Amino acid sequence: MSTLVDLVWLIPVFPLAGALVLLVLGRSLGEPRAGWLATAAMVGSFVATVLVFVGLLGYDSGQRQQVLTLFEWVPVGNLAVDIGFLVDPLSITMALFVTGVGALIHLYSIGYMHGDVGFSRFFIYLNFFAFSMLMLVLGDNLLLTFLGWEGVGACSYLLISFWFTEEANASAGKKAFVTNRVGDWGFLVAMFLAFLTFGSLQYGEMFFEIESNGVAASTASGIALLLLVGAAGKSAQFPLHVWLPDAMAGPTPVSALIHAATMVTAGVYLLIRMNPILVAAHGWVPDLIMWVGLGTALMAATIAVAQNDIKKVLAYSTISQLGFMFVAVGSGAYVAAIFHMVTHAFFKALLFLGAGSVIHGMDGDQDLRHYGGLAKALPITSLTFVVGWLAIAGVPPFSGFWSKDEILAYAYAENTLLWLLLLATAVLTAFYMTRLVLMTFYGSPRWTSNAVSSAASELDSVDVVAVEPAAALPQRHPHESPWTMWLPLVLLAGLAAVAGALNLPFSSDVHFLEKWLDPALYGHAAHVPFGGGTKWVLGLIAIIGSVAGVAGGAAVYACNRIAKERIERPFLARAWGIDELLSNFMGGPGRAAFARAAQFDQQVVDGAVNATGMVVRRVGTLLRSFQNGLVRSYALFIAMGALALMVWFLTRAGM
Amino acid sequence: MGAFTVLSLIIFLPLLGAVVIALTAPARSVVFKPVAVATSAVTGALILWLMADFDKNDGGFQYTQLVEWVSSAGISWHVGVDGISLFLVVLTGVLFPLAILACDPPHDAKAYYVWMLVLETGCLGAFLALDLVLFFLFFEIVLIPMYFLIGCWGHGNRKQVATKFFLFTLLGSALMFVGMLVLALLVVHETGEALTFNLLELANSVEELPIGTARWIFLSFALAFAVKVPLFPLHTWLPDAHTEAPTAGSVILAGVMLKLGTYGLVRFGLYLFPEASHYFAPLFFTLGVIGILYGAVVAAMQKDLKRLVAYSSVAHLGFIVLGIFAFNTEGISGGLLQMVNHGISTGALFLLVGFIYERRHTRQISELMGLQKAVPVLAAVFVVVMLSSVGLPGLNGFVGEFLILAGAFVAHRWWALLAAVGVILAALYLLWAYQRVFHGTPDEAATKMADLTWQEKLVMLPLVGLIVFMGVYPKPVLERMEPAVHLLIEHVEQVQGIESPTVNNRPHGSFVDLRELIKEHSYDHNGHDHDSHDHREGSDH
Repeated sequence: MSTLVDLVWLIPVFPLAGALVLLVLGRSLGEPRAGWLATAAMVGSFVATVLVFVGLLGYDSGQRQQVLTLFEWVPVGNLAVDIGFLVDPLSITMALFVTGVGALIHLYSIGYMHGDVGFSRFFIYLNFFAFSMLMLVLGDNLLLTFLGWEGVGACSYLLISFWFTEEANASAGKKAFVTNRVGDWGFLVAMFLAFLTFGSLQYGEMFFEIESNGVAASTASGIALLLLVGAAGKSAQFPLHVWLPDAMAGPTPVSALIHAATMVTAGVYLLIRMNPILVAAHGWVPDLIMWVGLGTALMAATIAVAQNDIKKVLAYSTISQLGFMFVAVGSGAYVAAIFHMVTHAFFKALLFLGAGSVIHGMDGDQDLRHYGGLAKALPITSLTFVVGWLAIAGVPPFSGFWSKDEILAYAYAENTLLWLLLLATAVLTAFYMTRLVLMTFYGSPRWTSNAVSSAASELDSVDVVAVEPAAALPQRHPHESPWTMWLPLVLLAGLAAVAGALNLPFSSDVHFLEKWLDPALYGHAAHVPFGGGTKWVLGLIAIIGSVAGVAGGAAVYACNRIAKERIERPFLARAWGIDELLSNFMGGPGRAAFARAAQFDQQVVDGAVNATGMVVRRVGTLLRSFQNGLVRSYALFIAMGALALMVWFLTRAGM
Repeated sequence: MGAFTVLSLIIFLPLLGAVVIALTAPARSVVFKPVAVATSAVTGALILWLMADFDKNDGGFQYTQLVEWVSSAGISWHVGVDGISLFLVVLTGVLFPLAILACDPPHDAKAYYVWMLVLETGCLGAFLALDLVLFFLFFEIVLIPMYFLIGCWGHGNRKQVATKFFLFTLLGSALMFVGMLVLALLVVHETGEALTFNLLELANSVEELPIGTARWIFLSFALAFAVKVPLFPLHTWLPDAHTEAPTAGSVILAGVMLKLGTYGLVRFGLYLFPEASHYFAPLFFTLGVIGILYGAVVAAMQKDLKRLVAYSSVAHLGFIVLGIFAFNTEGISGGLLQMVNHGISTGALFLLVGFIYERRHTRQISELMGLQKAVPVLAAVFVVVMLSSVGLPGLNGFVGEFLILAGAFVAHRWWALLAAVGVILAALYLLWAYQRVFHGTPDEAATKMADLTWQEKLVMLPLVGLIVFMGVYPKPVLERMEPAVHLLIEHVEQVQGIESPTVNNRPHGSFVDLRELIKEHSYDHNGHDHDSHDHREGSDH
C-alpha cells in the first residue's frame, strides 16, 4: 500500500539537492538566485513534510510509527544499520517546524546576506544544515540520528566561523565544534552500550526488546546518562553551555535557525526519542536531567540580565529556555517539552530575526546601549518583536505562556523547591526581555548623541562589522528591512501568538499535542496528578510572576526607579566567570600538559631511540676495519644479532 | 614456471615500467612521467577489474598462483587475494598513480620514477604474497626505494632521517626473519613434514608448536609490524620520515606502507598465531589506546603542519590496532576498513600540505594564515578531508572508527571508552590547525598564492569522491571483507579454542552477565539490582 508517508525521503532530499546544486552552480547563479533556489528547496521540503503529516493522520493512532528503509548503510557482523526513516508523530512534529521555520529563515537570509561575498556559500551551508537536521529527526536508528547530529555540528562550525577572517569568529566555531564533540563522546559510548545490550541501534528494535525482555535499570541508567552528556553538549546545558554565547559570532539568521530554533533542541529530542530508556533507568537519572535543566535555566537567566550585546541576551535566553525543556524531560513531561520546543522555535526565531533586523538597520551595531527609541524607525520589526517578547515573557494568551505554564505545573508536581526556582527563572525571563525591548525600541535614542558610555566596547561582539567607536555613532540612519526580511517576522509573530492553541490546558479535548504525540511516547509521558483547582492557581501565579518581571523591568529601564548597575553585576556580565575559568585552564595547565607530552615525545621517546642509535654507531665504528658505510655496518650488526638470536631460539626449543 | 596469472601481472607491471624508464636515455626526460603515470594507471585499472571480478561470497583466497621456486627450501611463488588484502591492493592501485601524477621531482626525474614504481611492486607483492619468505622479500624491498626517496628528494635533515627510518624498520624485520626461519624449522621438527614457508600450511600446523615457543615467535613478527604501524613507543621514526620525505613519499608512506604493519598483524599475527595474538591482545590494546591519545596530544602541539599530520597517523593507526585485537567481526572489519580510509584521507592531507609547501616553501603553521580567502578551492577540499579525518559521519573515516570502537567496546569496554576520547582530540588538533592556517586575514604572501591547478584538482577529485562514497555507502567494501573476516575468526576460534567476544554468541565478558541481569531484573525497575561491576572484566581468560 502506498501512502503519502512514503514521500518521507523527499523531506531531506530537497535541501540536500539544493546544497549540491549550489555547490556546483552557486557562483554562477550568484545573488539573489542562489538564495531563492535554497529557499525553494526548503519550501519543497516543507510541502513534503505537510504531505507526510497528512498521510500519517490517515493511519489509526496506534499505527502511526512507520519505517521506510532506503538501503543498508553499515552491515557488519551483528550490527546492521540502515539508512531508513522513522515517520511518527514526534519526528514529523520536529520536521514540520524545522522545515517551516527553516524556510522562513532562508527567505529572511536573502535580504540579510545581501551584498556578502559569501552569499552562495552561505546558502550551501544553510541547506546542508537543514538536510542534516532532518536526518537527525527522521532517522530510524541512533546511528543515523548521530549522522545528522554531527552533520548539524559541522554546519554549525562552518556557519559560526562564516566570516572567518575575524579571529574571534574562527575561535567561536572551533569552540562550538570541540565542545559538542565532548557531548558526542557520550552519544557514541551510549550507542556502544545500547548495541551491546540490545544488539541493535534501531529505535523500534531497541524499544521492542525493552518491552518484551526489559532492561536492567543499571544498564538503562548508563545509556541514559551517556545520552545526557550528548544532549547537554548539543543543547548547551551546564557545563557544556559555553559554546552557545560565542556561537553568536555567526550571521544572525544562523543564530535564529541553528542556535535557537532547531539544532540546539536536538538534545531534548534525543532524550524524548529514547524515553523508554529514561523510564527504565533508576529514578535519580531523570532527576539529574531535571536539576541540570533547572541549574542551567536559572544561571543563564541571571547572566542574560547583565548582557549588553543584543544577541548575547538572546543566546543566554535560549540556554535558559532549553533548561526549561530539560526540566520537563526530567519530570517526564515529554509533551510539555515538545510543546515548549515548538513555541520556543517560533518566538525565539522571531526574536533573533527581529534582532537581526535591528542590527541590519543599525549597520551592524549589536550593543543595546547604542539603541533606544527604534520603534519609530523600525515599525514592523518593533511590533513583531513585541509579540515575541510577550510570548517569551509568558504573558497570556501568547504561546510561551501556555507551554511554560505546563512545565511549571509538572515541576510543581515533582518538587516545590524546583517549581519555586523555575518560577523565579520565569520572572527573570520576563525581566531581562523587558529590559531588552525597552532599551532597544523605547526611550530616547542613544544613537544620535555623542553621550555614549565610553566603556561600551568591552563586551561587544563582532557581527558584520566591528563596532565603531562611540563617537562615530551619530551618522546612523536606522531603517526598516526589505520585505524578504519583514515577511518572515510577521508570519513568525502570528505563530508565536497563537501556537499555544496546540495544547490548551482547559480540558482533555484540547490537549491536541498530547494526543498526537502519544504513539511515540508509549504511554510514558507523565500526567499532572492534581485537578483543575491547583492548575488554575498555578497558572495564576505564573501570570503574576510574568507581570512582576515585566513591571520590574519597566521600573528599572523605563522609570529608572532602581539604578541598573545594582542589577547588572559584573559577575553576571562575565557569565559567572565560567568561560574565563575554562579558557584559563585550557590556555594554562591544559596547554602546558599538552606541551609537556610533546616534549616528552621529542626528548624521552625519540631521545632513547637516538641514544640507542649512537651506541650502535660506536660499535659500528669499531667494526669499520672491514666495513665501510654506516648502513652496511648497521646491517651487519643486525645480521649478527639475528644469527645469535636464531641459535638461541632453536636451542631453546630443543632442536 | 606456470602461467602468469593476473596477480603476478599486477605485481610486475610497475616493475616493468621501472625497467622501461631505466632503459630510456636520460635525454628523453619528457617521457619519464607519462610512462610512470601510465604504468601505475594501467596497474590501477587492472586492480579495479580485479575488484569487480572478485567473488564477494568467497572468504578464501582467490586468483591464487602457486609455483615452486626454491623447492629444496620450501619457498614458492605463492600469491592470492582475499577480502582482507583486496582493498589494500585497491588502495595501492589508486594512490600510486595519483601520487605520481600530483608531484614532480625537482631533480633526477628518472631515478625518482624508477624508485616509485619499484616501491609499488614491493607494496603490491607484500599484500598479495602467501609465502612467508616471499612476503618478507617484498616487505624488505619497499625499504630500499623509500630510503632513496627520502634520502635524495627529501627535505631538511633527509640523510639522517632516511637512515633512521631504514634501520628502525630493518631492526624489526631482522627479528621477523629469524622468527620466520625458526617457525618453519620447528614446524618441520614437530610434524616431520617437508620444510615449507607456505602461509596456509603453516597456519594449520602452528598449533603443533608448544604455546610458549609460538608466543615468542609471534613477538618477533609483531615487533616488526609494530615498528611499521607504528605503535607507541616505536613511532618516532614516523614523524621524521614523513616530514622530510617528498610529498609523494609521504602519501605512499602513510597511505600504503604503514598498512603493511597492520596488515601483517592480521595476516601473520592473528591468522598465523591465534593463541599468541589473543594472549598478547591486552598489550596491543593498551598500546593502541596510548597511541590514540598520545598521538593526538602530541599532534596538537606540532608547529609543522606536515608533522602534525604525521602524528595524526599515530593516533589513527592506534584505532586500527584496537579494532584488530578486539577479535570480533565489527572490530576487525572496522580495522580493515579504516586502513583503507586512513590511506585515502591521510594521503589526501599530505597531498594538500604538499601543495601548500610548493607554493609557500614553508610548512610552519605560524608562517601561514588566511589561506581560505586566498585559495578557497584548496581550503574547501582541505575541509572535507579534515572532516573525514575527524570522523564525521557521512564521510569515510566515521564508519571504520565506529565499527572499531563498537567492536572494542564489546571486548574491553573501559579501553574503548578511553579510546573514544580520541574522537574529541582529533577535532581539537585538526580544527585548531585549520584555524591557524586557513582562517584569519591573508598576509601578503598568502594573497599571492595560486589556487589548485587543474592537475591538482584532477588528483583530489577521486580522493574526495572516495571519501564521500565510502562514508555513504561502505557496503560494497564491507560485504567483500566480511566472509574473509568470518573465516579468520573461525580459524582463530578453531585453532586454539578461543571464543571471540561478539554480541551474538556472548561467550565471555561483561555483557553476557549483563544479559543475565537483564533477564533477572526484567520489569524490576524500582527494586535494587546487582551492580554489574563484578562482571565487567575483559573477555579474555
